[in-house]
Amino acid sequence: MVFQHTIRGLTYRFSDLKTLLAKATPARSGDFLAGVAASDESERVAAQMALADLPLKTFLSEQVIPYEDDEVTRLIVDSHDAENFSKVSHLTVGDFRNWLLSDAADEAALKTLAPGLTPEMAAAVSKIMRVQDLILVARKCRVVTKFRNTLGLAGRLSTRLQPNHPTDDPAGIAASVLDGLMYGAGDAVIGINPASDSVPAVITLLHMLDEIILRQNIPTQSCVLAHVTTTIEAIARGAPVDLVFQSIAGTEAANKSFGVDLALLREGHDAGLSLKRGGDNVMYFETGQGSALSAEAHHGVDQQTLEARAYAVARAFNPLLVNTVVGFIGPEYLYNGKQIIRAGLEDHFCGKLLGVPMGCDICYTNHAEADQDDMDMLLTLLGAAGVNFIMGVPGADDIMLNYQTTSFHDALYARRVLNLAPAPEFADWLERAGIFESVAQIKLNAANPLRLPQLA
Amino acid sequence: MKKSEVTTNPWTEFRKLTAARIALGRAGTSLPTSAHLNFQFDHAQARDAVHRPLDADKVFEDLRGLGLKIVRAHSAAPDRGTYLQRPDLGRRLDAPSREKLVALEASPCDVALVVADGLSSFAIETNAEKFLTAFLPLAKDSGLTLGPTTLALQGRVALGDEIGEILRAKIVIVLIGERPGLSSPDSMGLYLTHAPRIGRTDAERNCISNIRPDGLSCTEAARKTLWLLRESLRRGLSGVQLKDDAAPSLTGP
Repeated sequence: MVFQHTIRGLTYRFSDLKTLLAKATPARSGDFLAGVAASDESERVAAQMALADLPLKTFLSEQVIPYEDDEVTRLIVDSHDAENFSKVSHLTVGDFRNWLLSDAADEAALKTLAPGLTPEMAAAVSKIMRVQDLILVARKCRVVTKFRNTLGLAGRLSTRLQPNHPTDDPAGIAASVLDGLMYGAGDAVIGINPASDSVPAVITLLHMLDEIILRQNIPTQSCVLAHVTTTIEAIARGAPVDLVFQSIAGTEAANKSFGVDLALLREGHDAGLSLKRGGDNVMYFETGQGSALSAEAHHGVDQQTLEARAYAVARAFNPLLVNTVVGFIGPEYLYNGKQIIRAGLEDHFCGKLLGVPMGCDICYTNHAEADQDDMDMLLTLLGAAGVNFIMGVPGADDIMLNYQTTSFHDALYARRVLNLAPAPEFADWLERAGIFESVAQIKLNAANPLRLPQLA
Repeated sequence: MKKSEVTTNPWTEFRKLTAARIALGRAGTSLPTSAHLNFQFDHAQARDAVHRPLDADKVFEDLRGLGLKIVRAHSAAPDRGTYLQRPDLGRRLDAPSREKLVALEASPCDVALVVADGLSSFAIETNAEKFLTAFLPLAKDSGLTLGPTTLALQGRVALGDEIGEILRAKIVIVLIGERPGLSSPDSMGLYLTHAPRIGRTDAERNCISNIRPDGLSCTEAARKTLWLLRESLRRGLSGVQLKDDAAPSLTGP
């Protein structure tokens, strides 16, 4: 189907749905690299106007990647909930934005609607929204998940404690875990990116985290972010796995480049559930705009729409945590602070609208045009938008992955300024253990109370 | 004496267990001034490594001093801004460089060396000459024939594919500045590709990473490189199939 829009005597034509979506996308380097971006500012806004006039129903009859070619498209189409879609089925994309901003779209209405939305619908409306719209609507959505604690409640901000070490040295990792706990981090998960993906190495780390959580009786969960096949094997060998991790993307071909497909994710999900170590949310997924293009698996679709499709993959497995690692991929996909900030807010909005428990790795690399001030802005904006969780690394410097993400101190800043508490069970533990003098005031105990463990 | 507003952490001794920025203390719940500014300086160094142009004249003279025949080249990315956003352009020569290399009509050789700025000019200025000083005698003793050495600006790893193909090299070795880490702005990577030609994938290369004074030494890197070279020539391939613990295959700048 060809789409067009005429304004002030100029007619803009868009050859198909994916072209319309790509050209309507706010500017970012990855879409230029893929050759799908609007050729100038006027064409971009004209595409947004054409998109605003598009009936939402169009996304049910026309796919950006053919049904026959891609299992993610098949998942999206086959799992679409027509009944819950019916409330907005008469709307255009532009009217849908108005409805989302209206008082009719409250927490309950948005929760009911989520399974009736496809990722392309969420991506489309996000493209005609400003930053304040992305924040306002996301803030109304609530996606609550549970394992040993409850994540995503109103007025809460959780953190993943990320104690990475370049050689997986247990003592080095333990030192970072201790540092993080003493600063109140780790309620979303204590999660290590392992330097080695070997099964025995991963099992060693799993036991180590499990012992820390058991010994200190901490209401949180652990994860070693190995490939899903490694974790499945670790489970088969009896390792204490709380969460099953995998990086995912929005096309079958990009997932294949990660060494996964939906059947394998199902296998991982089943393996995680079989252990019955916590609640029913046993998956931890990571995503990020640009991953499909990076794998040359983008089918000419813009990177933000593909990112939203990754959330359709995630929600099929009822995850505890989904994390968009927004600035990790580099400046050829998101060039500067402005692009990273907008992308982080789009991802969070789309994820929440689709019913996914979104967190964000607010981050950048040293070859991106970004710095700590940009991260402070995105952190503050995501805090206002009600993000479920962020990362916490010592001093914002991940010495294993060589990039900068949010620090333990950063999370405390956001909690103070925006009046956000950790997960309730974890907050109680922080007070019981004497780490926080007052969770309500985000006040750390001056006396450094935890008995320091012996580190080898 | 005035009482400090910074609350220190009693676990500072654990700093010896990790290079992570632990036990930084706090002002209220925020980062103390010294920790904040130390971070800013480390980031500034990493940014400068990316953006300060390589001192190509100096590197040219340094390498010529080692007895190498040097050709200067430039990728199709005209400037740093384009280079950062268009990795595809950094993987190809610009037209004048291509013509210059073709005009050499090089005889077949075992190895062609490419020295490229990549994402850190510091890395090349710090490590390239030192590495080659260690490597060239080993290569000579092994009887390997060396083609012309290319000094390339705004280059990515895959630029070596086009250069190696033109120079009729069995193997191309690219020395390149790696993406700077906050504490490692001077890290050089080495990429080895057998039968270089345009379109080779990263899976067909072997990498030796983190070559720098505080990382892998130039002597050790030279030894590993020679091992990879010999194995690659013997087996007629490079990449994942050549992978061993000594030289893992990785993707790079």
